[in-house]
Amino acid sequence: MARAVTTRRKIINTVAAWSVALILFFPILWTILTSFKPEAQAVSSPPVFLAFDWTLQNYIDVNEQRNYLKFFWNSVIIAVGSTLLGLVIAIPAAWSMAFVPGKRTKDLLMWMLSTKMMPAVGVLVPIYLIFKSLGLLDTRVGLVVVLTLMNLPIIVWMLYTYFKEIPGEILEAARMDGANLRAEILYVLTPMAVPGIASTVLLNIILAWNESFWTLNLTVTDAAPLTKFISSFSSPQGLFYAKLSAASTMAIAPILIMGWFSQKQLVRGLTFGAVK
Amino acid sequence: MTLTIRALLGACAVGALCSAAVAETITVATVNNGDMIRMQGLMADFNAKHPDIQVEWVTLEENALRQNVTTDIATSGGQYDVMTIGTYEVPIWGKQGWLVSLNDLPAEYDIDDILPAIRGGLTVDGNLMAAPFYGESSMVMYRRDLMEAAGLTMSDAPTWTEIEAAAAAMTDKSKEQYGICLRGKAGWGENMAFLTAMSNSFGARWFDEKWVPQFDSAQWNATLTTYLKLMNEYGPPGASSNGFNENLTLFQQGKCGMWIDATVAASFVTGKDSTVADKVGFALAPDNGLGKRGNWLWAWSLAIPSSSQKQAAAKTFIDWATNKDYLALVAANEGWANVPPGTRTSLYENPEYASVPFAKMTLDSINSADPTKPTVDPVPYVGVQFVAIPEFQGLGTAVGQEFSAALAGQKTAEEALAAAQALVTDEMTAAGYIQ
Amino acid sequence: MSTQSSRATARLMLSPTVILLLIWMIVPLALTLWFSTQRYNLLYPDRQGFNDFANYTRFIATPAFTAAIINTLVLVLGVLVITVVLGILIALLIDQPLWGQGPVRILVISPFFIMPPVAALIWKNMFMNPTNGLFAEAAKYLGLPPFDFLGAAPLASIILIVAWQWLPFATLILLTALQSLSSEELEAAEMDGAPPVKRFWYIMLPHLARSITVVVLIQTIFLMGIFGEILVTTNGGPGSASTTLPFLIYKEALLDFDAGTAAAGGVVAVIIANIVAIFLMRAIGKNLDA
Repeated sequence: MARAVTTRRKIINTVAAWSVALILFFPILWTILTSFKPEAQAVSSPPVFLAFDWTLQNYIDVNEQRNYLKFFWNSVIIAVGSTLLGLVIAIPAAWSMAFVPGKRTKDLLMWMLSTKMMPAVGVLVPIYLIFKSLGLLDTRVGLVVVLTLMNLPIIVWMLYTYFKEIPGEILEAARMDGANLRAEILYVLTPMAVPGIASTVLLNIILAWNESFWTLNLTVTDAAPLTKFISSFSSPQGLFYAKLSAASTMAIAPILIMGWFSQKQLVRGLTFGAVK
Repeated sequence: MTLTIRALLGACAVGALCSAAVAETITVATVNNGDMIRMQGLMADFNAKHPDIQVEWVTLEENALRQNVTTDIATSGGQYDVMTIGTYEVPIWGKQGWLVSLNDLPAEYDIDDILPAIRGGLTVDGNLMAAPFYGESSMVMYRRDLMEAAGLTMSDAPTWTEIEAAAAAMTDKSKEQYGICLRGKAGWGENMAFLTAMSNSFGARWFDEKWVPQFDSAQWNATLTTYLKLMNEYGPPGASSNGFNENLTLFQQGKCGMWIDATVAASFVTGKDSTVADKVGFALAPDNGLGKRGNWLWAWSLAIPSSSQKQAAAKTFIDWATNKDYLALVAANEGWANVPPGTRTSLYENPEYASVPFAKMTLDSINSADPTKPTVDPVPYVGVQFVAIPEFQGLGTAVGQEFSAALAGQKTAEEALAAAQALVTDEMTAAGYIQ
Repeated sequence: MSTQSSRATARLMLSPTVILLLIWMIVPLALTLWFSTQRYNLLYPDRQGFNDFANYTRFIATPAFTAAIINTLVLVLGVLVITVVLGILIALLIDQPLWGQGPVRILVISPFFIMPPVAALIWKNMFMNPTNGLFAEAAKYLGLPPFDFLGAAPLASIILIVAWQWLPFATLILLTALQSLSSEELEAAEMDGAPPVKRFWYIMLPHLARSITVVVLIQTIFLMGIFGEILVTTNGGPGSASTTLPFLIYKEALLDFDAGTAAAGGVVAVIIANIVAIFLMRAIGKNLDA
């Protein structure tokens, strides 16, 4: 009896959860499906769900117009580069805030976060001029620096929350054993914080991959990432839904697949210290 | 000094001197319009003729392109060697000294072959500042089959009254068939291009000779009221977010009876993606018997910013992309209907091109637009569907937002016009035009 | 542990981050402050010079200014409310025993991976477009007139798009928090005969408080700057119906190319951001301390 009730409840839960999940996922699914349609069927009324003339033509067309790989590599380099650089700068800072907190630590953290609230567009002209005089326009180095600075507060905060959960005694013990600071961070702290660091890395790669203000305004060709790739398909003349969908699918696929595979890792760390 | 370099570079562009130079890469910024995409597909020809020049494309949506190139040129960023800009930017940028003169293009280029109306708009102080890639005016595109079914015929030069009657007759909302599709998306190059050109035929103008805004005039009221009536009663839903592309898609799907828009649309509505390709007729943009028609004049043109380090290679590219051979190249590969229109007299004298259904109407439309005398009453500015002052991008878009709000039903025509009058007066006072 | 030397080392290790962020904040801010007092239009390189506070009065006197402040608040609050409320509900649902929890989680998290321009383009063209969008097709199927989302309800449509992007983030943080709630506590309450609503209100919600704080804080930081989605979908209109503060600054900077006024707008935005930051700290900051 009791078992029957649970099974029924489980069925209802399953149906409800899957419905919600599919609704949320539907726009992405629809885009992927549309990318395989001929242009005319992409806007046909009533819409066709699966029974259309599947084609790869859109992908071929998009690749003929733009060199996808070049944009892809720029995205990879910028996302990974800014995340790694961010880690190198942020780990010591997070360490010191977590283990040697001062009276102002929390204020400092909030201040760091508040630097992210400044609307980027308000400082575009100054940054553009600085970049121009430093010769950083349309360079990957320039973008890596900007995105590192943009995401640094988030990296510091995430790491800080993980480090804080590591009991100080372990560090004390390591120190007793004669570990110096460098060894302490490298061999004791970092391994313990690996899940947290992994999660931080993943989140920052996602944020950097999807950043679409600086990447659009500070690049031309050499450093242009996938956000720029997309903007050349945004509203061309003529029917474009299928080609736009193909370009969109190509732009989001890498990060989507990475996200799916590392989902557990990402979610475990996505607590910002809210869960203990 | 600079002159010598210029001269040398000019000689270089002719080709002989430069053939030994190492391969140079030039960056070309362009809009994602059909003719430009087609050009990118024909690059093999350029590469074969000029193996020493590599071309990197930056293809962007129109507004993004405009922002990027304007920021670049105004700060002398030097990121681009060739920019695709329009008849609005050329006179303003040319005066600032931001563009390189193209007067020294080789003789075979035949500058005098460029249509006078187009060439005039691209010339500053006797210097050709940009080479037109394609030129356009606007005209009426309509469905011959629907007109016939309604028992109407469209004259070659219709009036607004005729347009309204035709729109009423062709509308059948239950079949998703709308009598008329017009731009509604806010933007100086979107709804304001159409509405400003339309207002000319109603005798309205943006400013009087003392730069006093005229949105409180009866003529503007008549323009906007007519526009709103046409769109509300016979237009498609959601028109306030429709621009060129959205309307093109609608027309190609057979949902519009008429569409008044750029002449370049003709090759699309009669092209392969169109379900109504064999049913389209063309007519001049409407008038009101006041001597001005509601059509505009525009040319997407290639220009070289002064900040470019590779001006010679850039010139070589522009020569290739806009000369007579290029037109022949497109014709050979894609057919005459797909040749970039509206730039050269010789194209319209070509008997093969004359058989293209929209060729004559395009030329007539271009010739009937006069950027130097756009309105019934005199004005202090140049430009048919724009006012060639730097402030116009902002002003046009702000006013466009008001009119688009009126179309969305958030404001009445009177409120929108009053708001437009107030905001333009403010801006023009702040900018020092109104003392 | 807090010896003199370790304090010094700590400060040393903290300094790169602090210095870099200071530079990142101060240099553009200083330049912005400088520009904000200048007559500086990119299109008029020859007209330059000090012009007091004219840029500020101009920016604040823009008719769209008040609308922009209100729209920004509506956008941020709207998205926060939707993502937190739906996030809690979905987290509660997924936390129940069900088949295929893994795949469900993968599907739910997916929108978070989509870059903003792509999300906006998809929604605008393939869903909200009143003639070719799926919503219009659905309306047609039901015999209703199509609704013009971006024309008739621009801000609400943008809120919908942005909420779709951020809902996964809220859901997952809240889900992790729910899963950390000890089942004994809940079972004890169940034994006591507390109805589900009460159990939720008195046990789960307090437990979730910290997570909700985090969601609100992080999302606010990102939502204050929302701009790309508006640019792609409505361009701030119709009228100024969907113009937010960042978008208004964008208009000055990249449409009028009035770097002076845009800088003044930037300073105004920084001031507002700081007010919000202080408010957030006061209101929910203490929740973050453990």
